[in-house]
Amino acid sequence: MSEPVVWLTIFVLSVFIGVEVISKVSSTLHTPLMSGANAIHGIILLGAVLVTGHADNTLQLVVGLVAVVLATINMVGGFVVTDRMLQMFGRRKPARAATRDGGAA
Amino acid sequence: MIPLWAQLVYLACAVCFILALKGLSGPRTARGGNLIGAVGAVVACVTVFFYADLDHLVPILVAIVVGSVVGVVGAQRVQMTQMPQLVALFNGVGGGAAALVALLELGAFAEVDGVGVGDFALVATAFTVVVGSLAFSGSVVTFAKLQELMTSRPVLFPGLPMAFAGGLLAAVVLSVLTVTGPTVWVGVVLLVLGLTLGVLLVLPVGGADVPIVISLLNAGTGLAVAASGYVLGNTVLLVGGTLVGASGTFLTLLMAKAMGRSVGHVLFGALKGGSTLGAGEASNRPVKSAGPEDVAILLGYASKVIIVPGYGLAVAQAQHTLRELVDLLSSRGTAVDYAIHPVAGRMPGHMNVLLAEAQVPYEQLKEMDDINGEFKQTDVVLVVGANDVVNPAAKTSPGAPIYGMPILNADEAQQVVFMKRSMRPGFAGIENELLFDPRTTLLFGDAKDTLGKLLAAVKAL
Repeated sequence: MSEPVVWLTIFVLSVFIGVEVISKVSSTLHTPLMSGANAIHGIILLGAVLVTGHADNTLQLVVGLVAVVLATINMVGGFVVTDRMLQMFGRRKPARAATRDGGAA
Repeated sequence: MIPLWAQLVYLACAVCFILALKGLSGPRTARGGNLIGAVGAVVACVTVFFYADLDHLVPILVAIVVGSVVGVVGAQRVQMTQMPQLVALFNGVGGGAAALVALLELGAFAEVDGVGVGDFALVATAFTVVVGSLAFSGSVVTFAKLQELMTSRPVLFPGLPMAFAGGLLAAVVLSVLTVTGPTVWVGVVLLVLGLTLGVLLVLPVGGADVPIVISLLNAGTGLAVAASGYVLGNTVLLVGGTLVGASGTFLTLLMAKAMGRSVGHVLFGALKGGSTLGAGEASNRPVKSAGPEDVAILLGYASKVIIVPGYGLAVAQAQHTLRELVDLLSSRGTAVDYAIHPVAGRMPGHMNVLLAEAQVPYEQLKEMDDINGEFKQTDVVLVVGANDVVNPAAKTSPGAPIYGMPILNADEAQQVVFMKRSMRPGFAGIENELLFDPRTTLLFGDAKDTLGKLLAAVKAL
């Protein structure tokens, strides 16, 4: 196989996986899922670091550094905020147990 | 190029992303899924420092620290009600980063005059510049709409469709022309075109449909990242970007379905004759209103109550007071459930996040399909800060912008109580016939304030 075809193969298979893994998501989780997926494309940080590390002049360096900052905000902020949302979903159980105990007493 | 060990690490990171999305689609596994995704992303980004011979390490690391601080502070400080805006903003900066990376790549290709660079890579780079900058400016406009820095109604001007079509055509032609000889200037023109297209794409979208656009732009950024993965010869970018592009597109379709809209209608509906344009003005028709004491009696002696929470509840930060009221009613022996419309709040699932924040027990939250059959046996429906999701126009008037959207059948209950600040229509900007129904009572005032009075009145019964 020539190289572009290898890449195309990875691309097509990834499309199917991307759809398949979230196909059963309930509407309850749409917001965190969107936010989490959003954080994943913050991986462009890797690309931003690569091109910035190979910058030859000041203009390229500045543009590259802006890209690094933006990509980091996307990635770090995205994962943190998704975790904050999901943390609230997780808190339900202890809260419920506490209410029940209170009711019994 | 990339050493074998690093390629294997990238493979592991790509698997992390798949597991992350898989985890995020189930309530129990969601938090773990997000963590796996974060680990994958961090490992992938650290790896690059070990094999690529990078200059400017200090400024790069400083930039990463700056970005992390901004990201963490933004993520910690944001109120849960403002979540859709923040997601839009994070998506926008990601798109902007992808566009800038592609612009620099295009510059590098121009230096060698495109020699040794495949045609497809050149077009992919141009594509990333356009789509990334489109996602950036589009997200900024969505942010402005949701944050109410500008009107949330569709903004139209004559020639907008022509301008959009023309810009799109120019972007496609220029992208293909990069094959004949890449220059930085073409890249800059593409960047400007992308920014303009993003603004033109989002301006005509009505406020209620904005979440669908956020999801679509999210998918777009994913594809831009995938394209730069191909250009940079990096598998983890390709897989990560494609996963987000594919799942984001699918999620967009799911959301549109939950709202009873088609994506085409959301994007171009306003252009075809203002179907998402609403009245936006308060009505003068007579309604029946009552005080907290009267409503307390209704609720206190009902055997079954359903609460329909909406965005207005969250804006007033009244979730906690509402939970206290529900706890009180439950302790008096009333069966109380929350009916959660899929698009309650500003985004699908947004209301679940908001009520979870107020520690409402999970089993009291009923999804629309599970609870819609119960309204007939319900004594009182209490609608707090919601409007469009119980508007019967979605079922009865084909001309209404929300026609076809599945709604909660509050109109089938014995009594309906609306808690509202004013008679202004909902986010979709249309009047709700249910407000004028003889079985409907209105309780005016700020949700938190009024719920507090209601709580006191029920206690006094």
